[in-house]
Amino acid sequence: MNPQRFPLGYLALLALLLIAPALVYPVLIMKVLCFAVFACAFNLLLGYTGLLSFGHAAFLGGAAYLTAHALKVWALPTLAGLALGTLGAAALGWVMGSLAIRRQGIYFAMSTLALAQLVFFLLLKSEFTGGEDGLQGVPRGSVLGFDLSSDTHLYYLVLAVAAGAFWLIHRTIHSPFGQILKAIRENEARAVSLGYDVDRYKLLAFVLSAAVSGLAGALKTLVFSFATLSDAHWHTSGEVVLMTLLGGVGTVFGPVAGAAVIVTLQNELADKVGSLVTVIMGFIFAACVLAFRRGLVGEAIALFRRMIGEKVQ
Amino acid sequence: MNEIFGVPLPALLGQLTLGLVNGSFYAMLSLGLAVIFGMLHIINFSHGACYMMGAMFTWMALEYLGLGYWWALLLVPLGVAVVGIVLERLLLRRLYRFDYLYALLLTFGLALMIEGGFRQVFGVAGQPYAIPEALGGAFDLGFMMLPRYRAWVIAVSLTVCLFTWFVIEKTRLGAYLRAATENPRLTQAFGINVPLMVMLTYGFGVGLAGLAGVLAAPTAQVGPLMGSNLIIVVFAVVVIGGMGSILGSVLTGLGLGVVEGLTKVFYPEASAVVVFVIMAVVLWFRPAGLFGKEA
Repeated sequence: MNPQRFPLGYLALLALLLIAPALVYPVLIMKVLCFAVFACAFNLLLGYTGLLSFGHAAFLGGAAYLTAHALKVWALPTLAGLALGTLGAAALGWVMGSLAIRRQGIYFAMSTLALAQLVFFLLLKSEFTGGEDGLQGVPRGSVLGFDLSSDTHLYYLVLAVAAGAFWLIHRTIHSPFGQILKAIRENEARAVSLGYDVDRYKLLAFVLSAAVSGLAGALKTLVFSFATLSDAHWHTSGEVVLMTLLGGVGTVFGPVAGAAVIVTLQNELADKVGSLVTVIMGFIFAACVLAFRRGLVGEAIALFRRMIGEKVQ
Repeated sequence: MNEIFGVPLPALLGQLTLGLVNGSFYAMLSLGLAVIFGMLHIINFSHGACYMMGAMFTWMALEYLGLGYWWALLLVPLGVAVVGIVLERLLLRRLYRFDYLYALLLTFGLALMIEGGFRQVFGVAGQPYAIPEALGGAFDLGFMMLPRYRAWVIAVSLTVCLFTWFVIEKTRLGAYLRAATENPRLTQAFGINVPLMVMLTYGFGVGLAGLAGVLAAPTAQVGPLMGSNLIIVVFAVVVIGGMGSILGSVLTGLGLGVVEGLTKVFYPEASAVVVFVIMAVVLWFRPAGLFGKEA
């Protein structure tokens, strides 16, 4: 897609999001935004580094708990709580990443899943997380004198933070660092032979992805005023894969679109079909993999290219 | 000597055999994963769902058809294998040309669908399944009571695993399989029907998971959720052992089951995570896995 056209697209989306609370229930959009940030962070690994992590729920859930604890028990200011959650997820990402990048391919996916399950059990057993009940009644606090217990105030904070996170990921992808990540994705052996310390780049990408996922989890705690175990469950790790896949792996907007579709779908279906939701998610998974590997945004880009007569790779 | 480190000997031995039973399930499941991986180069995420189906079919056979344990032992693994073969032929086969990750994601989606479907129909609550009469009671070994059913599970699983090893390493069929693993195109050029072997390998792998499910039915509550937590532990087992060697998978599975059992005695809080912790340690010190070649 023509790079000059991008700023216009961004501005249009931002304008739409600025007026959105007048049109749609703000909590739903905030949830979409949280998962959009989460999926973009995940896509940095899968789409741009070629690493399939099946353990990203650990960062979302871990940060959600840390922020909830910081705000509720330590009574930290809201922004400090967000920062703490993000840093905690980065630290966790550093530990998990250093272990998991020692294996490639399928083993990487399996070890991240198992390590995330370890985190899940630790959260389940720890006292500060409140076990099965989770941490409830987390105060939203205030920022710059704005009382965040108002959904509208909180919405603009979430939007600002999400836009910042999105910008950070966009910058990363288009930086020299991002180019090296793509080189690793395309051909790891060649990147090694060119003299890049591949493991360090992978670890850095992993930590960055974990930190931004943590930020998403911290925001989610603010939105819902609670942190629960389901954030850290492997189902959530699967969901973020699905969002990215559905939207389009390795596209900038794909994860956002995927998150919007999945969150809305779950919201609509949750009361109506019960546990059939899992079946529907599984079905979308299978359909994407079999027929839709480029995802919604990927297919749209391919269509656009065909229309302006460019050759599709 | 009736105590070891302050733990009464019967309790210790009891957990040890229970650990061996769990280890047998790990061994059979990781063996199935390894066999499938060797041939298809994919990780079957729906393996846990196949195990769950094995147990659910066993329960359903009794509930709806009046077919008892022995019939289930014979028919259910075949049934699960047939389900697997149908999925392989209809869906999985389309993805071999693409990156390994698509097949992983497809089987993940299938696992969600199978688990969600059973949950929708049967709810999350587990159903009890009685131990068959001939295997009830316990052997008195003098120093401990060994429940017959535990001995049975361990014996069946060891037999099946050794049989698999024998077929793959020592027979002509196994030689074809190994050749097809090494170089599918050349093997096909020699007139061996490789797609058929791929199909049968997948069927055999998930059939093993189904058999593990049948064996597990009387030891645990039979319910739709029994597969998904187990499969994550089995993945950790596979990362620890590596999928390069059949005996390696079996030994790792059994060994980790025992370690888990002993952890239950000495430090119960850690028993749910001990396998994952071992995996982290192995990743740090021996990234290729205990029996693995560098992947």
